[in-house]
Amino acid sequence: MIRYVSGRLAQSLLVMFLVAAVAFSLFGFVGDPIRQMITEDASQAEIERLREVMGLNDPVTVQFWRYISGAVHGDFGVSYFHKRPVGALIAERLPATFELAGLSVLLSILIGIPLGVYTGLHRFGRGARALMALSLVGISIPTFLIGIMLIYLFSVILGWLPSFGRGETVTVLGGFWRTGFLTTSGLQSLILPSITLALFQTTMIMRLVRAEMLDVMRTDYIKFARARGLGTQAINFRHALKNTLMPVVTVIGLQLGNVIAFAIITESVFQWPGMGRLFLQAIQQVDIPVMSAYLIMIAFFFVVINLITDLAYYAIDPRLRSNALKGTAHA
Amino acid sequence: MSLLDLKDLKIHFDTRRGTVEAVRGIDLSVERGEILGVVGESGAGKSTIGNAVIGLLEPPGRIAGGEVWFDGQRIDQLSEPEMRRIRGRRIGMIFQDPMTSLNPLLTIGDQIAETICRHSDMSHTQAMTRAVELLREVGIPDPEGRLNAYPHQFSGGMRQRVVITLALCADPDLLICDEPTTALDVSVQAQILSLLRRLCRDRNLGAIFITHDMGVISEVTDRVAVMYRGRVVETGRTGDVLGHPGHAYSKSLLGAVPRADVRLDRFPQLDYHEAGADRADRTVIDLGTHWLGRRSGAGDTTGQALVQVDHLTMRFAQNRSIIPAWRRSFTAVRDVSFDIRRGETFGLVGESGSGKSTVARMIAGLYDPSYGRIRYDGTEIAGPEARPISPAMRQQIQMIFQDPFSSLNRRKRVSDIVSEPIRHHRLASGQAEADGIVADLLDHVGLGAEAANRYPHEFSGGQRQRISIARALATRPRFLICDEPTSALDVSIQAQILNLLKNLQDELGLTLLFISHDLPVIRQMCDRIGVMKAGELVELAPAEQLFEAPQHPYTAELLALMPRVLGQEDRTRAGKR
Repeated sequence: MIRYVSGRLAQSLLVMFLVAAVAFSLFGFVGDPIRQMITEDASQAEIERLREVMGLNDPVTVQFWRYISGAVHGDFGVSYFHKRPVGALIAERLPATFELAGLSVLLSILIGIPLGVYTGLHRFGRGARALMALSLVGISIPTFLIGIMLIYLFSVILGWLPSFGRGETVTVLGGFWRTGFLTTSGLQSLILPSITLALFQTTMIMRLVRAEMLDVMRTDYIKFARARGLGTQAINFRHALKNTLMPVVTVIGLQLGNVIAFAIITESVFQWPGMGRLFLQAIQQVDIPVMSAYLIMIAFFFVVINLITDLAYYAIDPRLRSNALKGTAHA
Repeated sequence: MSLLDLKDLKIHFDTRRGTVEAVRGIDLSVERGEILGVVGESGAGKSTIGNAVIGLLEPPGRIAGGEVWFDGQRIDQLSEPEMRRIRGRRIGMIFQDPMTSLNPLLTIGDQIAETICRHSDMSHTQAMTRAVELLREVGIPDPEGRLNAYPHQFSGGMRQRVVITLALCADPDLLICDEPTTALDVSVQAQILSLLRRLCRDRNLGAIFITHDMGVISEVTDRVAVMYRGRVVETGRTGDVLGHPGHAYSKSLLGAVPRADVRLDRFPQLDYHEAGADRADRTVIDLGTHWLGRRSGAGDTTGQALVQVDHLTMRFAQNRSIIPAWRRSFTAVRDVSFDIRRGETFGLVGESGSGKSTVARMIAGLYDPSYGRIRYDGTEIAGPEARPISPAMRQQIQMIFQDPFSSLNRRKRVSDIVSEPIRHHRLASGQAEADGIVADLLDHVGLGAEAANRYPHEFSGGQRQRISIARALATRPRFLICDEPTSALDVSIQAQILNLLKNLQDELGLTLLFISHDLPVIRQMCDRIGVMKAGELVELAPAEQLFEAPQHPYTAELLALMPRVLGQEDRTRAGKR
């Protein structure tokens, strides 16, 4: 167990190091940072001085080391555009994206898994077929279109829900986290974007759980469970569902990463003040410190989520807990 | 009144191609304390009866007529919730494969307690106590400690004991065993059979044993019903039916059971067919002219060693640690040496876990040996001086795996599965020739050329095994490794496939490594036999010598455990007197 975890940790560190190298190389490739910072009429001497101050004349390895050690402490440099530390900028936006992504993943799990079980069990039922057809729609319509349609229906025509922003937010956790969960307008503002973001995940989880359920329901242990007279509840949820969870957990983990990383579209449709919009602005302004920091952040989320997913396998499947190699001899 | 009474039971499967009459009006009864054997080939409808009694017929199967009476109550028309109260509590069922019958994610204690709680008002703690008693009764050592173990931590035989515990934990009156020992090896089979017989006697259970194995029937059952194409052709006391079969089909079926006492040139074929039945005499491939008969290797001289296995040792790491002293390993194969001569069939026998499959996998190149070397045709294919195996050599060495469920890609059509090696090694001149070869191979293994367009899941275990045999033959191999190739098959199909292998061997000098727990089959097939125990080769002798005069005590023990068919045993005894 400890071996396994330490192995995964070492892999994660390697991945983070490589991503940091890519993020760092952005500074060298995407234009000269000095040109972004100075005015047109700056003298050559001023430019040279600025280079020296920013350490751009040091060897690349030294600069890279400085960059990494800064990043570890949350120091990603200063934004060219906002003229503020990138770390602080991200910390401001992080809660908005996390709340949106977390809620939509939660929604997709709470809706997707039961629907998947239902469609898997009643394969030829009318309801299940309708759901499967609907899910195709959910998978194929682009996110921004869903967002726009929802805004049109619920904000423009019905006027029930706000069409943009986070509404009122409250500061919690010692001023670090601004949450929209504690006010009515904050909660109302969350509804449309989280549904928009969750729709694709929900349909995907539903289809995956359905496919896995169909496989599991055919297995001998389900048949044997029936032959022992166990109830439908116990068979469907205790025996079948748990056996479908391995691939589902993998996909949910990857999706959580995706949702955080690619909330960009939903955030711009709903004017959501999250990391996605920060990143979009950074691209427009060629704000390299923000771009590279965003890259590292997202990679970090993926790595952490993958690590948690791997540990979840352990919790779910006892076969992984004993020695993996032992099984091959008598398989 | 009998415990179970089937009256004129008819079971139909409505398919797109019309209604299949799986069971065509049978009458059977089981008394308390009596074990009824139901024997027949696959497709005879024996499993369907078991499923119908317990109310678990898979759609589109349905009871089309007749009645099922259980303990004075008619149960074939009960609703699902009513049936659920009978399943487990009144009627228990055991399935073939203990490896897949248990939920891998729950401890065995939880699975047993769940079932007990379902059928009684015991608390979870009381149920756990009861589970310990039951596990002790079926012979699981240290039952308290094993309650929290997961199924994968048990061997096949122990798992089947757990399965038996689960089927009996709510104290049913009738036990249906569907091929309960087919997936187990001889010594474990003998233990499980005597356990089941003891439990039935002790608890005064009625039991139905569904099996294709005449040995099991003759060891365990009191009465036997012989089924053929959905009908019971003969029923009577086991000794009478096996000793003096009345119906022509029973005679033919008994005659086709491989004999442990005499070696015959070919396996006897089942020669009883009703009009309208599947032809059993399928196209005989004429090896002189057929594609399969063309030689793929250079000319051979028989008698010399084709495969040389030298001091082979295989260790599996159990605990990989950076610190050498903490490393632990399990030696699956210890210092095994033997030669396989060209054109011979070399048999490996032993209990599961004795390392015989591991040896086969090392020769096939699936495992790298920890120590020792393997030579094929003079070339080292595993060991310190081994070089990568050439495609030509890969084509010559093929393997038939034991498990027909996991060795076929379920997303491919049978035609693609069988023709893949032909296409890969470019053995046919074109698609048309390849299709023709696939059709011939499928027809010959008894599936019919129509099977080509279907997917593996549409076939039963025995049929799937035939697909993998057709696939292995599709490269025109010179050396075939067969790991329990026919243990899931009926005697008639087994005879057909093993006869094909024998013909190929005679015509082409095909060399076989044959692994089986079925000693009669080993005797019929093999020229020389190696006996393995706990990773070591304890005896190696020509087949006849080994069966007539075993040298090692373990070999003698294995031979004694072999289930015998009553009629044959009598003949053997008479011959020896």
